[in-house]
Amino acid sequence: MNLKRKDLLGIQDLSVEEINLILQTADSFKEVSGREIKKVPTLRGKTVVNLFFEPSTRTRTSFELAAKRLSADVINFTTSTSSVVKGETLLDTASNIQAMRADFIVLRHPAAGAPNILARALQASVINAGDGGHEHPTQALLDLFTLREKKREFRGLRIAIVGDISHSRVARSTIYALNKLGAQIRVAGPPTMIPRDIERLGVSVFYTLDDALQGVDVIMMLRLQLERQGIALFPSIREYATCYGLTPERLHLADRDVIVMHPGPINRGVEISPEVADSPSSVILDQVTNGVVVRMAVLYLLSGAK
Amino acid sequence: MPTRNDSMDVKRDGRTVMEGQEIARALTRVAHEIIEKNHGVKDLALVGIRTGGVYLARRLASKLKEIERIDLPVGELDITLYRDDLNSRKEHPMLRTTEIPFDITDLRIILVDDVLFTGRTTRAAMDGLIDLGRPSEIQLAVLVDRGHRQLPIKAMYVGKNLPTSLTESVEVHLEETGEPDRVVIFPP
Repeated sequence: MNLKRKDLLGIQDLSVEEINLILQTADSFKEVSGREIKKVPTLRGKTVVNLFFEPSTRTRTSFELAAKRLSADVINFTTSTSSVVKGETLLDTASNIQAMRADFIVLRHPAAGAPNILARALQASVINAGDGGHEHPTQALLDLFTLREKKREFRGLRIAIVGDISHSRVARSTIYALNKLGAQIRVAGPPTMIPRDIERLGVSVFYTLDDALQGVDVIMMLRLQLERQGIALFPSIREYATCYGLTPERLHLADRDVIVMHPGPINRGVEISPEVADSPSSVILDQVTNGVVVRMAVLYLLSGAK
Repeated sequence: MPTRNDSMDVKRDGRTVMEGQEIARALTRVAHEIIEKNHGVKDLALVGIRTGGVYLARRLASKLKEIERIDLPVGELDITLYRDDLNSRKEHPMLRTTEIPFDITDLRIILVDDVLFTGRTTRAAMDGLIDLGRPSEIQLAVLVDRGHRQLPIKAMYVGKNLPTSLTESVEVHLEETGEPDRVVIFPP
């Protein structure tokens, strides 16, 4: 069984079967990651290049670990140290990497669609590790894997996604994925952070957090992108924290067995209170563990697509 | 009317070389051999290679229990990640999970497979096992040894030696998968 594609560019064009295949394959890698020797020889001799045009620690490290646990060789390019600062175009950079016989290019880029351009131009498999406000498919897949581990079934699961939906590629990818799998999705945030036509994606919109959390099984908090503060989407961080921060009191509005997710890095005391982040309901660190596992599955499955 | 599709049915014209009772007796004998060779069942564990080997490992464990009154640990090993033909195959085989819920270090592991052929599966299984710990010994038990080894590997316990030609294929059907127990040889 394989993915019938060379690249993983987004969740939107994945079928439910493909999503399930990735999750099922990740089960096997979860076992491998639990071993004392967390390494298998499967991708020996393959080269994975992490090409990151935006800062990232978690995602890059996670891809690097995933590749290394499959015995692939890994090279990290980050913009600050590469020829990009000398004016090289994305395509030229990528072509050079391909000329060094890379088998996978993991791309993070501020422009939506950048991975699609590379995928068309190159023979190497391209994996989107976040492109602008578009998609971040492996984050959605690790969210799904964690949900499946904790909640078993997607169908009928009530999920609230809270925060800056407009600028979040994580939210987009996750909404696409959960929709395909039959979950009920609510989004919540200040009106300035909710795209106007978001209902078309099959989600219900809440502007009050307390309403959105009533009876939900899963709360997915998004990181408040403090670096975007200049755009003035909300009056102050303190006001945002008061209106949309997840506190222990608010957690009580949700189902008794609610789980709390966050793609990281978390702003303690802003979108999530330390008490919640460190509570037994929080599966934030499970998400990180599962990120490696899911990325191993993606690398493995794409390497089989000839 | 005969059509091209009949070639599919020809493949079904296999020759059955082993059936229910015979398979059961062979496994009973192998169980006794395991006990004899190891002077009992102390520090023994069984690991079946997915999928056929897993059923056979469980059967051997229950036979060993009948004889020695001890429950031996049984593990399940998926060797896909250790295959040497992943690059040359058109498709990756479906990945399954390895489940060996005990520490294999210092145990004598009886590796169980249904058919021993080129030896490449066994090689992959040994690599997979050694990544999980350091067994004091690995012994190989197979239901059928059909010859044509490509690696220096030999089974310690063999249910039946089955001379075949390289182009024939051998299938082992087991009750656990909903079919009656039998070993069948198919012509090229």
